[in-house]
Amino acid sequence: MKVSEIVARCEELYSDLHLSYVKEWKRRNKRKAIGYMPIYVPRQIIHAAGMLPVGIMGAGDTLEIIRGDAYYQSYICHIPRSTIELGLTGRLDCLDGLLFPAICDVIRNLSGMWQLMFADKYVKYMDFPQNFNESIGGEFYARELEQLREDLVKMGNKPVGVDELNESIIRYNANAKAIKDLYALRSDAPHRVPTYELYLLMRASNILEVSEHTSLVEEYLSAVGKEDRQELDNIRVIVTGVFCEQPPLGLIRALEHSGCYIVDDDWVLGARFIDRDIEVGDDPIRALATGYIKHGVATSSRYIDQEEKGRHLLDRVEELSAEGVIFASPSFCDPALLERPMLQAALSKSNIPYTSFKFGENSGQYQVIKEQTGTFSDSIKLWGTA
Amino acid sequence: MTRDATVQKEQSMVLQKDMIAAHFKRLANAKETGKKVVYTFVPGNLNELIWAFDMLPVHPEINALQSAMRKKSSSYVIEAEKFGHSEDVCTYVKCDIGMLKKGNIGPTGEKLPEPDLLLLSYTGCFTFMKWFELLKQEYDCPVAMLHVPYQADGEKTPEMIEYVSKQLREEVVPLMEKVSGNKLDKGRLRMLMESSARAEENLVAVWESAKNKPSPIDAYFGGVYYIGPIFSAFRGLDVAEEYYRTLREEVDARVEHKLGPITPDGPMKDERYRLVVEGPPNWTSFREFWKMFYDEGAVVVSSSYTKVGGIYDNGFRHDPDRPFQSMAEYCTGCYTNLNLPTRIQYLQQAIDDYHADGFLINSIKSCNSFSAGQLLILRELEKRTGKAGGFIESDLVDPRYFSAANIKNRLESYFQMIDAKRNG
Ligand code: SF4
Ligand code: SF4
Repeated sequence: MKVSEIVARCEELYSDLHLSYVKEWKRRNKRKAIGYMPIYVPRQIIHAAGMLPVGIMGAGDTLEIIRGDAYYQSYICHIPRSTIELGLTGRLDCLDGLLFPAICDVIRNLSGMWQLMFADKYVKYMDFPQNFNESIGGEFYARELEQLREDLVKMGNKPVGVDELNESIIRYNANAKAIKDLYALRSDAPHRVPTYELYLLMRASNILEVSEHTSLVEEYLSAVGKEDRQELDNIRVIVTGVFCEQPPLGLIRALEHSGCYIVDDDWVLGARFIDRDIEVGDDPIRALATGYIKHGVATSSRYIDQEEKGRHLLDRVEELSAEGVIFASPSFCDPALLERPMLQAALSKSNIPYTSFKFGENSGQYQVIKEQTGTFSDSIKLWGTA
Repeated sequence: MTRDATVQKEQSMVLQKDMIAAHFKRLANAKETGKKVVYTFVPGNLNELIWAFDMLPVHPEINALQSAMRKKSSSYVIEAEKFGHSEDVCTYVKCDIGMLKKGNIGPTGEKLPEPDLLLLSYTGCFTFMKWFELLKQEYDCPVAMLHVPYQADGEKTPEMIEYVSKQLREEVVPLMEKVSGNKLDKGRLRMLMESSARAEENLVAVWESAKNKPSPIDAYFGGVYYIGPIFSAFRGLDVAEEYYRTLREEVDARVEHKLGPITPDGPMKDERYRLVVEGPPNWTSFREFWKMFYDEGAVVVSSSYTKVGGIYDNGFRHDPDRPFQSMAEYCTGCYTNLNLPTRIQYLQQAIDDYHADGFLINSIKSCNSFSAGQLLILRELEKRTGKAGGFIESDLVDPRYFSAANIKNRLESYFQMIDAKRNG
């Protein structure tokens, strides 16, 4: 496939709020599909149960919210209302269950709303430990994972043993490797991998069966190498704060067109949540738990105990030779907005320039933001600082 | 023996005032007396453990609400926003950070001591974690994280309790031993927990007094005073036990004399509306807000906010025979750690048990933990109980979000709605 074909395929998946791929996959495989909210869930267990994990990240700016707004006050972020809208309009009917990861109080409370509003569906709140001692938090999390495994065994009528889990772990490790290569190429040669394309590929990982996604990324990597793309005089930036509610596609394009090469980001972070391979062995549940406890990435919903706050971001800036950081946070997002001053302080101490804005997944106007990031880019180009 | 009903309120209030003043004095002198100071949160707090180490607790949320009542919160919130905090986030956090930036002067006008330990009991609210991460940037002291799992399926499982107890035994207590320089005094812990259980028993009796008609208490506006000692620095101490004993006697006497609650304008005469309230109050205009209720003869007979520190009316008592499990059960059981279906059940039960005419939600802009999902709570409760449901919006400590005229209008329509339902 050519790059344009791959991108078109991803665009189609991205904009299909009716989840046709999921319906077709279920029909073909006669199996169930389990949705999950941001940021991260252990998709390997769902996959091992013969089910399709499906990432739900709101509805972007294309769905008119009619009923979802009646469930939320104006001062709550947008993603829960669009998720409810998707649910109430039947767009999520093809999901047999939905997982709600413990990342904030809004998603937490949404899990209970889902229990009431969609009582015939499987609902699980994934409580992630904030204690990172393997014999305490690790033990607790392994039990959470075991519970998920048992629930899915019951639902799917299919045993999920060591072999099935290891097989899934292998496939997800391969996927993580392909994604790592994709990010590495973008950071090495950002003009070759526009973020618009990378983003769509990442969003496709929410929907596609994992190996199909891996192949698609690999195909993209090979196809993009053959294309001649012109390098621009852009600055290299990291975008952070976008781990849950997503900016509309137009906003991502606007950032790129404002003189910024995005060399790292935290959207669709779930696909890159554990920063190394999960071990294949006799106790895959324990291996998944250890992966989370020991090698999860730094993000707002994960308590940082020993490490200096912002260390991870500073390291990324250095590794990727980024010249600045863009804080993009959904409006009313406590996790992103409370994290922000701490990360900004760490950047200021190291004289790393940054700029910040808020957005909503349904924001229609990007001009002001584009001007802001454009000015940020210009001032770094001119003076090396913002 | 019953007391004279007209003077009773005074006694418990005096006791409370004295214990708070004494505590702030202890805090002000902490450095001289060598006492170690622990900052920690209200919900599911580990007060008995803190006192067993002879450390002094400070609760940032209480500082924030007291700042609001003293009309200082606005400037603190603005100060925090100057330091880059978003206008969108929890104002309790900003009020605390602003207060810190302006010298950390506590409610009695004395400077609060810096913490020797941040005890991050992460219960019922995600923001707590960010809050102490922020404070950790300001203070050079260790943090003890106690992660309390959420009751996502409406129950405390043995695994949850084991997880919390294990953190307590293997991480929190050893760190407290290190910071305090003392070994855990198990005998003292037992005594403190025994005392807590006695105070809890009396508080439950006070809550249940509201089943009487007229209710002798207002379980929201008055209730926030009643929870003061037990949810803050005093549970487990003799002073708290004495306070709840006194309060219970006072309330019993009011029941005997068929008296309504005492309001800032004197005893409430005519009980016209009995309400259950969900959500925290507004602190910046607390009196004005309360007046909107008692002027109309509305009394709150049960509220969820007064269960935010811990729920006792389901039978929970601190149990000295199982100290760690008991603390774990307490932490896990706070109101905002319950899933939405359980919160709805809890409110529904209160509406029935307390013979309420309706329920009202005060939705707080700051607080996703309480507020996200409240519109569904409203619909479900209306559907299940057939009672009138009201919905108003305000904030805890940011006066910019308290619109008196708007709230008053809404309340007036709400009371009319109850009348209409009554008249059939
Ligand atoms: S956008 Fe932020 S506040 Fe809203 S659900 Fe996501 S993490 Fe929670
Ligand atoms: S979000 Fe609510 S519960 Fe959490 S700290 Fe703020 S006011 Fe308290």
